[in-house]
Amino acid sequence: MNRIMGAVIFLILAPLLGGLIAGIDRKITARMQGRVGPPILQPFYDVGKLFEKEKVVVTTAQNFYILAYLIFIALSGALFFAGGDLLLIIFAFTLAHVFLVLGAYAAHSPYSHIGAERELIQVMAYEPVIILTAVGFYMVTGSFYVVDMATTTIPVILYLPGVFLGLAAILTLKLRKSPFDISTSHHAHQEIVKGVTTEFSGSTLGQIEIAHWYENIFLLGIVYLFFAWNPVIGIIAVAVTYAAEIFVDNVTARVRWQAALKSGWLAAALGIANLAILSYMVYGGA
Amino acid sequence: MAFLKRSPWILHYDASSCNGCDIEVLACLTPLYDVERFGIINTGNPKHADILLITGGVNSQNRPVVRNLYEQMPEPKVVIAVGACAATGGIFRECYNIAGGIDKVIPVDVYVPGCAARPEQIIDGVVAALGILEEKRERMAGGARMKEEAGETT
Repeated sequence: MNRIMGAVIFLILAPLLGGLIAGIDRKITARMQGRVGPPILQPFYDVGKLFEKEKVVVTTAQNFYILAYLIFIALSGALFFAGGDLLLIIFAFTLAHVFLVLGAYAAHSPYSHIGAERELIQVMAYEPVIILTAVGFYMVTGSFYVVDMATTTIPVILYLPGVFLGLAAILTLKLRKSPFDISTSHHAHQEIVKGVTTEFSGSTLGQIEIAHWYENIFLLGIVYLFFAWNPVIGIIAVAVTYAAEIFVDNVTARVRWQAALKSGWLAAALGIANLAILSYMVYGGA
Repeated sequence: MAFLKRSPWILHYDASSCNGCDIEVLACLTPLYDVERFGIINTGNPKHADILLITGGVNSQNRPVVRNLYEQMPEPKVVIAVGACAATGGIFRECYNIAGGIDKVIPVDVYVPGCAARPEQIIDGVVAALGILEEKRERMAGGARMKEEAGETT
């Protein structure tokens, strides 16, 4: 019963919280740049507006793919907050991005295709670290279930500092922030027009935005798991991590996709080194 | 609900302007004027845009581009012609290749005068455009409702 409640609360509250975080993010970013910035509720105005616009469709398949993207992102988040199997959650999460890429490929637009290719490169860059996170949690807590990871009394972060740093690095990719915002050009508003989202407009673009809010809350949930033995420290750690992401976003220039891919795998190497040391300590090298 | 007025995304196109007005348009994005305060975003994608902000007198080469950009924008949309050239062709109006204003190619809703137009004037023009945008949205919603009702009776 508790598990279903967790999923339902996520499905209802995550878009609200995600939109609010996006608004605070934009405000802090503006202040860092010496600007006043938009109202905190600006992301909600944006999405509300997108649902008011005319529906322009290039191919009908693209809207179907984006709906699937939204559903699978929401599903992976719901499974996560229901305390489900982390491996299943990661598979659902990856599948969601495959739908986003397919949606971008469905329209015959060179900009959309470049965005789709870059999105695939991003998936290649971050996927190893996400899998290593699940493996690391299994090694420390002895379970792949989120419910066990969330209720553990072991301070996981002390066992998995390398995996956490790796995750923080690829979080930049996932939050579509500089230096790795290569597939949607979230901040460079004109480069490769708008990457994967180029051919989407109106309510379909609104769905992508809502899916992104779900995704951010889910990812911050994973960050929280590292500190789950103490909820207060956990929430502070999530806030500090996100603030650090905003800071990095504002002080770095965007890199090319090659560098993004290398950084993702460097983060994975850090995670593997962490897990190797951990297994040596636990199993004594046997 | 009127979300449209709170989140106008702008597509900026230079239709053979001398770049003077374009620099002033970009000045609106700087910390001094910071149009993001009003939720205004300078997007590069016509499919995401609500307002087409266009400078210059349009020459024969970018005439189809202007029309294409306008047609790719989803309704409701407004067009702002920024600067003297965008309004009439300005000092270039006698040139053999100049169409002589944006309204020779696509319908224009707001004209911002000046050579070059000042950032304050451009922001004023955008605010005026927001009113028109809202009117168009209401008309669009009303049209959709009328169509629905007509569909029910027949």
